[in-house]
Amino acid sequence: MSDLIRQFRDFFVSLKLTVVLMALSIVLIFAATLDQVNLGIWAVQQKYFHSLFVLWNVGDIPVPIFPGGYLIGGFLLINLIAAQVYRFKLTAKKSGIWLTHIGFILLLIGELITGLWQEEFALRLDEGETRNYSESYRSNELAITETTDPKFDDVVAIPEKFVARGDPIQQAKLPFRVVPKIYYPNAALAARDASTPGAAPTPASTGIGLQATATPLPLTYKQNERNAPAAYIELAGPEGPIGTWLVSADPRFPPQSFEYAGRTWKIAFRFERSYKPYSLTLLKFSHDRYAGTEIPKNFSSRIRLNSPDGRDDREVLIYMNNPLRYAGLTFYQAGFENDDKTTILQVVRNPSWQLPYISCSLMTLGLIVQFGIHLVAFIARRRTAPSAVA
Amino acid sequence: MKKLIPLLVLLLGVLYLGSTLVGPRASNSFDLAGFGRLPILANGRVKPLDTVARNSLLLFQGRQTVVTPAGLKVSPTEWLLDVYFHSDAADRYRTFEVVHPDLLALLELKAEDGDGKKRFSYLEISKKIPELERQARLAGPVESAVRTPFQKSVMQLYGALVQYQRLKHTLAPPTTEDFLAELLRFQKLLPTGVAAVRAKQAGQPHDEATAKAMIELGQRYLFMSETTNFLAIPPTPEVVDDTAWQTTGQSLLSAFQRGSVDSSVLAYAGLGYAWRQRQPEQFNKLVELYHTQIAKRFASQLAKSDTETRFNAAAPFYSSMSLYVGALLLAIFSWLKWPEILGRSSFYLILLAWLATTAGIATRMWIEGRPPVTNLYSSALFVGWGSVGLCLILETIFKNAIGSVAAGLTGFATLLIAHHLSLTGDTLEMMRAVLDSNFWLATHVVIVTIGYSATFLAGFLAIIYILRGGFTRSLDKASAEALVRMVYGIICFATLFSFVGTVLGGIWADQSWGRFWGWDPKENGALIIVLWNALILHARWGGLIKARGLMALAVFGNVVTSWSWFGTNMLGVGLHSYGFTDSAFMALTMFVASQLALIALAVRPLTKWRSFQSE
Repeated sequence: MSDLIRQFRDFFVSLKLTVVLMALSIVLIFAATLDQVNLGIWAVQQKYFHSLFVLWNVGDIPVPIFPGGYLIGGFLLINLIAAQVYRFKLTAKKSGIWLTHIGFILLLIGELITGLWQEEFALRLDEGETRNYSESYRSNELAITETTDPKFDDVVAIPEKFVARGDPIQQAKLPFRVVPKIYYPNAALAARDASTPGAAPTPASTGIGLQATATPLPLTYKQNERNAPAAYIELAGPEGPIGTWLVSADPRFPPQSFEYAGRTWKIAFRFERSYKPYSLTLLKFSHDRYAGTEIPKNFSSRIRLNSPDGRDDREVLIYMNNPLRYAGLTFYQAGFENDDKTTILQVVRNPSWQLPYISCSLMTLGLIVQFGIHLVAFIARRRTAPSAVA
Repeated sequence: MKKLIPLLVLLLGVLYLGSTLVGPRASNSFDLAGFGRLPILANGRVKPLDTVARNSLLLFQGRQTVVTPAGLKVSPTEWLLDVYFHSDAADRYRTFEVVHPDLLALLELKAEDGDGKKRFSYLEISKKIPELERQARLAGPVESAVRTPFQKSVMQLYGALVQYQRLKHTLAPPTTEDFLAELLRFQKLLPTGVAAVRAKQAGQPHDEATAKAMIELGQRYLFMSETTNFLAIPPTPEVVDDTAWQTTGQSLLSAFQRGSVDSSVLAYAGLGYAWRQRQPEQFNKLVELYHTQIAKRFASQLAKSDTETRFNAAAPFYSSMSLYVGALLLAIFSWLKWPEILGRSSFYLILLAWLATTAGIATRMWIEGRPPVTNLYSSALFVGWGSVGLCLILETIFKNAIGSVAAGLTGFATLLIAHHLSLTGDTLEMMRAVLDSNFWLATHVVIVTIGYSATFLAGFLAIIYILRGGFTRSLDKASAEALVRMVYGIICFATLFSFVGTVLGGIWADQSWGRFWGWDPKENGALIIVLWNALILHARWGGLIKARGLMALAVFGNVVTSWSWFGTNMLGVGLHSYGFTDSAFMALTMFVASQLALIALAVRPLTKWRSFQSE
């Protein structure tokens, strides 16, 4: 083995590297915790943990200033595996360390998978309402729906990032082009009185945009608020523009209907949807309080779960610390609104949810074994040398 | 003879603890203890009136003592009796703390005029209540984290006054001279009165005066029921639900349908009459009768509220605090002289204090029906308990008084922290829905809290090493080696417990929120503790640190743990921030600064240390 390779190997095997990586991860986690006040929990995860480098904008240029979660995690993984291969023999005395380290390797891998594939959606249900889709917490989409046939809707959903980009969008199913004219990542809506002469000019030529305007707002990172983007969208057929609509992802802003080429369409900016092959109906939402107070004692949603193939048709009760796990998703009680008439369930897909259980059991066992070995050795030493007590 | 000294110390300690259980006998002939034991439903929990009195006083003025304008010291229960039944007297007691100079100016008060230069009576404040209300409306919408000190003190005082109003409307309207007579008249008037009101509503002939009197009383009781949230009146026998307690006002309103005044309302009105007329015999008889009456249905609640009253009076955590200080001093002196005798005496006192806190925590658990840690206050108690418990084990093994010194320090410090956390109200709170799971409270929270205790303990042992080694010659080689071993062992223990506790938290999160890890501040704080402990162990195994390095890193463990315990709550974000505290920020900053100074002391070159010079 050449010297260079040996040095390279020694670097990755060394305990010094482990200690440095641990110190770096502590600093990273601490900084990320502080930054949550500004960015909110989701943006912090993207910036600090699901990244190779933490970037800092100097002017407009992002400069890496600190290793991110993936980089530190990746190095820790290499360090651990290398140490395991080169440094530790598999002996009974080291079994605790082996177990702990293998558990930790699994934990890191699990966290990587979670970071890459975990999805979170919200499912909002009024009492008596049935839905077969959940909505994204952050992403939005421009939905153009053909409703000509009363039996079914034909939906074209355009993710928000294409709207933001502003390039004309041509989709095979649509007989017109979609041209995003103006896009605000977060906007406030205000009524516009078109009849007064002094009314502000609007880019919209039809629909609600004639009576309402959108003004840009700064992005919000608060945990209990979400951004409501708005856009002015022009639809253009082969013979020229059909019209420009104002659309907004604000839930109060309704879809707008229009006719084109003898067919009926609806246009709406809405929270991105994830459709399911089954439906949920809210039968009853309960919000119990402790006697004489407003302190919540329990929230629960009685739900009817129904799949069209007829396999599932049953009632389930979702309450605090007791979610519904179904079809790879976890539905848990996240909130309520509308005077206790509407439940908000959080829907999470986490394909690696078993991994933490396995890895943490291994690590716990490993730590108990290793410290147990230390303790037994300590006691044995004291037995043989009682004079050292004084 | 000398051998008897430790036993003598033990005996003194036992006598001291025993004396707190007996409690002072009532100075006048009113059965105040009996009244204090009567149950009331407040903040979702049936508790004794004694607790209501003590917690209200802590909220108003940060202490439980009340001194009347005549200079007489009265018990919390006596004060509460005056608030309930003799409010023109209570209004003159100086029980509201106002410190902020701008707030004093707003209320046109001078600090020098206050009792202890900071306490004022309701009467003194009441002239400026409209202005205070206006300021509270201005400060109210501001998020509590970003309120200025002035706004905070406005909200604090306003909250205290609201609570005071609620207290005053709990059992009788504060404006009545003789509520009992009013109720008896009301009772007598009820059948004809209700008929008159019905007739009036139907447009039929009726006695106008009776109907009018009835309607006026209805409005009066409605106001009473809306002004308080203390549910003093137990459900009537027809009502099955044991938690369906009512305010006195609500109960009186339902008398219109029932046709009679509830006996509990009458009992309290009778107590009020006897209190105002200074008739102890009648008062005591009524307390006893009423107690027996409720005991028929609420025996188990009464057992709890009786115990709670005793627990309040005994105040085991306060007595433990003094014991810890005593033990700490004895242990430190044992390093200078008579190591055997003083060391053992100190150990006995620690054991005694620890048993008293154990009993206190166990009593709280039984009253609440919960595992030991349910909020920030109880976590402080438990961190101390765990740490002292570990110290007792260390002291049994090493017998060098180091465990006792660490126990005295951590035991006293955590109880002091707990005392400051108790000033915000009832420390036996109802659990919010998300935390309502005894299984996870008993596993995740308890284990993670033991992890905190152990990390703190390692840090305090390191402080002993640094101070004793750096500034005295008393740290001999054997003790130094023993300390290194103790710190190392405790860090191993801390790693295990903080890791397992954090993992259990992850599993709880997965069970209830569908994700194992959410990078929430509290989760991150716990993770940092695990990582820090693991870092120390790896640095030690890798030979990167020796004894002093270990001590320096262990002291930094204090910083890390205090951040996770309190700092994360100050961020005000995340699902876990159940214990937000404002004024603690300064304390935390000071603590961190002191720990950094200690680390600087630890890394001084060995030649600067007073011990180890011979080597």
